[in-house]
Amino acid sequence: MRYIDPHIHMVSRTTDDYERMALAGCVAITEPAFWAGFDRSSPEGFRDYFRQLTEIEPKRAAAYGIRHHCWLCINPKEAEDPAFAREVIEIIPEFLDKPGVLGIGEIGLNKNSKNELEILEAQIDLAAKHDRLVLVHTPHLEDKLKGTKLILDAIRRDGRIDPGRVLIDHVEEHTVGIVLDGGFWAGMTLYPETKCTPQRAADIIEMVGTERIWINSAGDWGPSDPLSVPKCQREMLRRGHKLETVEQISFGNPRAFLSQSPAFSIGGGE
Amino acid sequence: MGDGVIPADKKRVLDLYFLEHRAKVLDVAAFLDRYDRAAGDDHDPRMLALRKTIEVLQGDTPDRAKRVLELLSDVTAEPIESAPAKGATGAPEPGTAEWD
Repeated sequence: MRYIDPHIHMVSRTTDDYERMALAGCVAITEPAFWAGFDRSSPEGFRDYFRQLTEIEPKRAAAYGIRHHCWLCINPKEAEDPAFAREVIEIIPEFLDKPGVLGIGEIGLNKNSKNELEILEAQIDLAAKHDRLVLVHTPHLEDKLKGTKLILDAIRRDGRIDPGRVLIDHVEEHTVGIVLDGGFWAGMTLYPETKCTPQRAADIIEMVGTERIWINSAGDWGPSDPLSVPKCQREMLRRGHKLETVEQISFGNPRAFLSQSPAFSIGGGE
Repeated sequence: MGDGVIPADKKRVLDLYFLEHRAKVLDVAAFLDRYDRAAGDDHDPRMLALRKTIEVLQGDTPDRAKRVLELLSDVTAEPIESAPAKGATGAPEPGTAEWD
């Protein structure tokens, strides 16, 4: 069954993963800018990373028939030094009009600090000024509930971005309600140890419905599974969900949200 | 959809998931035994939080997963002064939990 993985960090994955994803039905992906597992030593390191996202990865993906798109930002784990982060933010507009660039992401919070919040607000401002979609990272584990509330408050406080153009990612049972009730889109990340399992993602869909919600792998350099989206498809089918429901969650909904950007395309006449 | 109804009936749910979750319960039991056998003091906030969540599992509320996550959450509202590290422990620090 065809699917879109709307959050995966392919710079950390092998070419074999592209092949396996294509064989499993992946037709398009979107790759948010994120923390590389270490703090970069200069803003120029981000310039190289943004080139990798906008020039190199699309070619690797295209070799397997997968459309590659990306989001640009400085991630919250490297936002604790606001002066450094603002230098990186100044670089981003150079790349915003390159093919496949959907918007600003994954911005958000990590430990819910004042500096992280300051840089989140600066990047909300960047998205608003350039009228771009936003992909939001919510914190992990004990920090998620508080961080999600702080992020939603920051977007509302700014007031210029329609919640229907913002995807709040990594929702779980305790945050999905406040995200959807606020008019935002919700992403469920399927991780082996933290975030959601395919089983819990299916549970959440049964509890909240199929509107404004998607699934993604967020595959990266840590314990993660680039095939978790098709595994969730299988999980829903074996429970007895209809094919069209599964396709809505894994293809139709991400296509609907992402198509708000003219830079998004799945090719093949759509 | 959205009403909490799962297409599979109870027997199908057991057929699909019983063995998997039997194993997970055993893992938790063995972990608690392992922890008790280990040397050291017993004041780690992670264990206090875990024991609180086990109480939820024994109840019959329809939103156990949500309640477990809430119990494992920092429930304060204000941003902290600065980030002490990048990682998270999985349980709220003393003074930030629902029961503090």
